[in-house]
Amino acid sequence: MIIRMLATRPLLLAVGLLVALALPWVIYPPVAMDMICWALFAVAVDILLGFTGLLSFGHAAFWGTSAYAAGLIATHSGLPFPVAVLGGALAAAALAVPIGWLSVRRTGIYFAMVTLAFAQLVYFVANQWRGVTGGENGLQGIPRGFFGVDLSDPFFFYYAGLPIVLLGLWSAWRVVRSPFGRVLVAVRDNPARARALGYPVERYKLLAFVLSAALSGLAGGLFAIGHGFVSLQDVYWTTSGQAVMMVVLGGIGTLWGGVIGAGLIVELNDYLATAGFEQIGIVTGSVFVITVLVFRRGIWGTAALLTTRRRRDRTETASPAPAGAEADAGAEAEADEKENGEPVTA
Amino acid sequence: MLQQAFDGLVSGAFYALLALGLAVIFGMLGVVNFAHGAFYMLGAFGAYVVLDDWGVSFWIALPVVPVALGVVGVVVERVLIRRLAALDPLYNFLLTFGLALILQDLVKREYGVQSQPYPRPSALSGSVDLGLFTYPAYRVFVLGVALVACLAVWYVLSRTRAGMIVRAATERPELTRALGIDVGRWVTPVFGAGVALAGLAGVLAAPMRAVNPLMGSDLIIAVFAVVVIGGLGSIFGSVVSGFAVGVLTALTDFYVPSLSQTLVFILMVVVLLWRPAGLFGREEGIA
Repeated sequence: MIIRMLATRPLLLAVGLLVALALPWVIYPPVAMDMICWALFAVAVDILLGFTGLLSFGHAAFWGTSAYAAGLIATHSGLPFPVAVLGGALAAAALAVPIGWLSVRRTGIYFAMVTLAFAQLVYFVANQWRGVTGGENGLQGIPRGFFGVDLSDPFFFYYAGLPIVLLGLWSAWRVVRSPFGRVLVAVRDNPARARALGYPVERYKLLAFVLSAALSGLAGGLFAIGHGFVSLQDVYWTTSGQAVMMVVLGGIGTLWGGVIGAGLIVELNDYLATAGFEQIGIVTGSVFVITVLVFRRGIWGTAALLTTRRRRDRTETASPAPAGAEADAGAEAEADEKENGEPVTA
Repeated sequence: MLQQAFDGLVSGAFYALLALGLAVIFGMLGVVNFAHGAFYMLGAFGAYVVLDDWGVSFWIALPVVPVALGVVGVVVERVLIRRLAALDPLYNFLLTFGLALILQDLVKREYGVQSQPYPRPSALSGSVDLGLFTYPAYRVFVLGVALVACLAVWYVLSRTRAGMIVRAATERPELTRALGIDVGRWVTPVFGAGVALAGLAGVLAAPMRAVNPLMGSDLIIAVFAVVVIGGLGSIFGSVVSGFAVGVLTALTDFYVPSLSQTLVFILMVVVLLWRPAGLFGREEGIA
């Protein structure tokens, strides 16, 4: 049974990679690009929401700042696009230090409102700093330099950008599976006890915030290069909200749920847009409301719950299983259930 | 300069009305209503639609539209908010965010994004001599209505039996229940009243601000900052900081126009550094 568990993970990984590689063959390549950028963004938001218990409603500030920074670097220096994207992510991380330092003083609903307000501050700065950001016109004609290789075809650019996203996703996974990530979960579940154990809770939250912002920046920078332009929309609060929606739909605290949520919402948006339905908020808002009302575990969380339940049922019926192993499996299933159940904590 | 300050008081009146509604709802339900801006927008559109379709005047819309929206709020609380009451309040925050998207895009689908005209009521079309300067009568009226509404809320909460129950239920829900009061029954009307206040702000805004589907979405974020400044849940704090932010923003607009839109957020940062619970908030139970 343990072997089966170990075997499912590489299998899932292989399927995921295969899907990622096949995506631009199945879907219009620019949409595929959007999907993987949003997927990384959603996963970055989940590091905070699912694993640290902090709902940021202002991550557009980091996604957008990186988009502007990457766009400016690519336009003015002509450096290869991965360097520009990395520069954008660094800019986002730098911005996240003061914002995070101020925001982590609050938790729960206050944290959400404060991050939202900070993002709006960044939005107004981007709007007024016309000399740099282009104001309402945004940045246009951002080049995709890459050592002279022609990446103007979105199909090829997808494969050029995919490694950056995979790197980002891998870092996110490393972060939450590391001892540092376990401390974050402890901070989420019981900040008082984490503090009593000697962990500097605020510093852990701040680090998680900056990491999450840097990964959001990685996604936002790549998004900007992929589209060739940056608009004010990228720093607007609806962008933050969209990322949160993806996480909730996929499953809070599941990490990979964000990828599923991003894929579905980008696809839905694209479908509605091509069908000529402009008021997308009616549909995405309804999907979101229903998810929050009756489907709070999200897609990944529900799937994980169903598989652990089935696994437990199987152990209970298979009588000759060693007692120790069964107890372990049961404990893990319980732990998983707890983790994926109602993970948002104030 | 004095006139600038007066302009600030008028825009502060909108902040105060919206922040007051948010504070009342937060106090009783522990929910931050993201859809508050959308209800404000619906208030303005409600006034526009009844005038355009049935010729219902501003004077009738002023009381009727907020009451109608209050009923909408009651339904929203009964059908949606209540289901998540036992969970982390963040879920209701998310729920109302989704609701705001739906409401905004529904109105957009019906009326497009361009602003709809709404005439100023003829009785208030002139100016008033305020001694030091003359001022548009309508703006004086807005200020007066907002002040009356704030005072009325204060009076109901602090001087009536209903207000006493609401305050008790806000502070110590368990104990209030133990005294034989059905706290759950009071939640719905309080939510409805908060939404009605947003609707009132919306109707008042119709003749002086552009009536369009997006009018609430920018404003609500600034109101969140106002509420953080005043101290979330503090009714007095939300009103005072609403007016104060309005005046300071108007004065900044006069002297340093480029800063005016960001001022409210800068003030929020300063308050967070200095008094993390807000100017009138209590540290206990929030942090």
